Amino acid sequence: MSALSFRLPWQSQQRVLPGFGLSLGISLTFVSLVLLLPLTGLVGELKGMSLSQYWAIITEPRVVASYVTTISGAAVAAVINAAFGLLLAWVLVRYDFPGKRLLDALMDLPFALPTAVAGITLATLYSSNGWMGQLLEPLGWKVSYSWVGIALAMAFTSIPFVVRTVQPVLEDLPAEVDEAAMALGARDGVAFRRVILPHLWPALVTGTGLAFVRSLGEFGAVIFIAGNMPYETEITSLMIFVKLQEYDYAGASAIASIVLAVSLLLLLAINLWQGRFIRRLHGGR
Amino acid sequence: MSIRLENIQKHFGRSQALTPTNLHIDNGELIGLLGPSGSGKTTLLRIIAGLESPDAEVGPRILFGERDVTRVHVRDRRIGFVFQHYALFRHMSVFDNVAFGLTVLPRRSRPSSGEIRAQVYRLLEMVQLEHLAARYPAQLSGGQQQRVSLARALALKPEVLLLDEPFGALDAKVRQDLRRWLRHLHDELGFTSVFVTHDQEEALELSDRVVVMSNGRIEQVDTPDQLYRNPANRFVFEFLGDVNHMEGEVREGVLTCGDAKLHVELPEGHQEILLRPHEVTLSTSADEIAHLPAIVTSVVPVGAEIRVELTAEWMDQPWLATVRHQEASTLGLSRGKKVYARPLSWHHYPQGTSAAAQGAAQPA
Repeated sequence: MSALSFRLPWQSQQRVLPGFGLSLGISLTFVSLVLLLPLTGLVGELKGMSLSQYWAIITEPRVVASYVTTISGAAVAAVINAAFGLLLAWVLVRYDFPGKRLLDALMDLPFALPTAVAGITLATLYSSNGWMGQLLEPLGWKVSYSWVGIALAMAFTSIPFVVRTVQPVLEDLPAEVDEAAMALGARDGVAFRRVILPHLWPALVTGTGLAFVRSLGEFGAVIFIAGNMPYETEITSLMIFVKLQEYDYAGASAIASIVLAVSLLLLLAINLWQGRFIRRLHGGR
Repeated sequence: MSIRLENIQKHFGRSQALTPTNLHIDNGELIGLLGPSGSGKTTLLRIIAGLESPDAEVGPRILFGERDVTRVHVRDRRIGFVFQHYALFRHMSVFDNVAFGLTVLPRRSRPSSGEIRAQVYRLLEMVQLEHLAARYPAQLSGGQQQRVSLARALALKPEVLLLDEPFGALDAKVRQDLRRWLRHLHDELGFTSVFVTHDQEEALELSDRVVVMSNGRIEQVDTPDQLYRNPANRFVFEFLGDVNHMEGEVREGVLTCGDAKLHVELPEGHQEILLRPHEVTLSTSADEIAHLPAIVTSVVPVGAEIRVELTAEWMDQPWLATVRHQEASTLGLSRGKKVYARPLSWHHYPQGTSAAAQGAAQPA
């Protein structure tokens, strides 16, 4: 008889910490309202559309060109951030210098700053008569209204992802580990490549992946500097915006669903991959 | 390989971690650096290793045998270093950890992978961990990790092995085993070892000679036996075991402190005597030498002896006395019983000097 009785797993034992039911309930409600409901709405928009219509919208040449621009921009931004984010995290964790706290706080600025503000600032700075633009243009480096500007804006808004994921892992790596490697005769480069980098690798890949995903969806910071020339410097988020302005809600949703699917898949892949690594570092197989 | 240290001094910012220090360690010796935290023992060890550099202005010199290594980087000093928290490479298997030193050798002196394999297994066999070669550090116990770390440090056959509180993070039983095992390894392989510890028992048990340090200074360097019997000063005496204090005025050869009186041969004035727990006996009555009334507050059997804690108004801190089981039952020791302590002998360190005086309180 007892085998048939229904029992929820969390009812089997008395909890010491109160409020489990209430807090979980509120959390789930919140997640549903804020995350799931809009996502469902997005998919709902697509229901009036046939598969061929959907396919036609998402493979429209101008949209495909925007995928290429977005992905290559985000990829360049992610690689730049991986290198400089790692360096920044290293400097912030391993050295003491005046102004360290300030630099640390500054790392969060791209999160806190409205992306449109960042976009306008960058556009002003790098336009042909801006401070940086004036210097770079004669050298033949055109930043604004080109993919370089897009990558730059994406890198600006997503650098905290790398710094903030690598930093705690680096703090967790005791200085003794480098000392051990050096006492065993390893040159600096060898110690870094064989001892420090493998330890940071999962965090670095995760941070870079998050930065990449974030860059895929970046809008505010990019559109001011990108120039938005069709087939050349239009990003996918802008295509969604354009569709919306034309009151083509279904078209906008179709493109948005692609961005959403790619982002979710990447996040899932990063999490699975990272889980494997972390299990090894902490024992269980 | 012998180690000679001359004028080793270290400041961290404005605080002085080591006052200028000289030390000579003979070839093949096992030396314990003993001291409380902040005594400079770890700093001294790290300077020997080359992980810290001594202050340059006092002309420091570090010699390994005839080789001057003062300005030699840690990676070229050819030492083995064992860290308190093992510092194993967590992303590498046990095998790869031990092989690390061999695999980072410059290409022309690097052994072939077959030789590395054979050598690593030889080392793992020595630390009795060859069956765990494929495991990751996180899957090992603390004692096993420390053995891996030792095997790793020994892979390059260093002539100097330095250990920073190597057993500090392990539990008592494992620590005991590893100590015995380190002693054995040291005697068998014949390297020179220096280890840091704050545990006086560990230092006395394991070392050929112990360097006792406090406040960035070497207080005494001696064999464990000499150290215990002839402590150079009050600090060493107090650090090497439990100590009972009695402080008071000496007048006409009697040290008085509250209602406690003891005949001593000390100059007139304010004096303090120190005694070890085994130098205290207990009786039910006072005699003409000592009148030291006290109340028993705890009676704890510790192995072959019974440890008795005593309090009285004249004591600043409770006294400890160790008595035999038989004695304890004759006296009928129990909590709350009033007894009289009688020193068998005592120690006296005059203020501001390192000379020691000892006295024996034999019945007249």
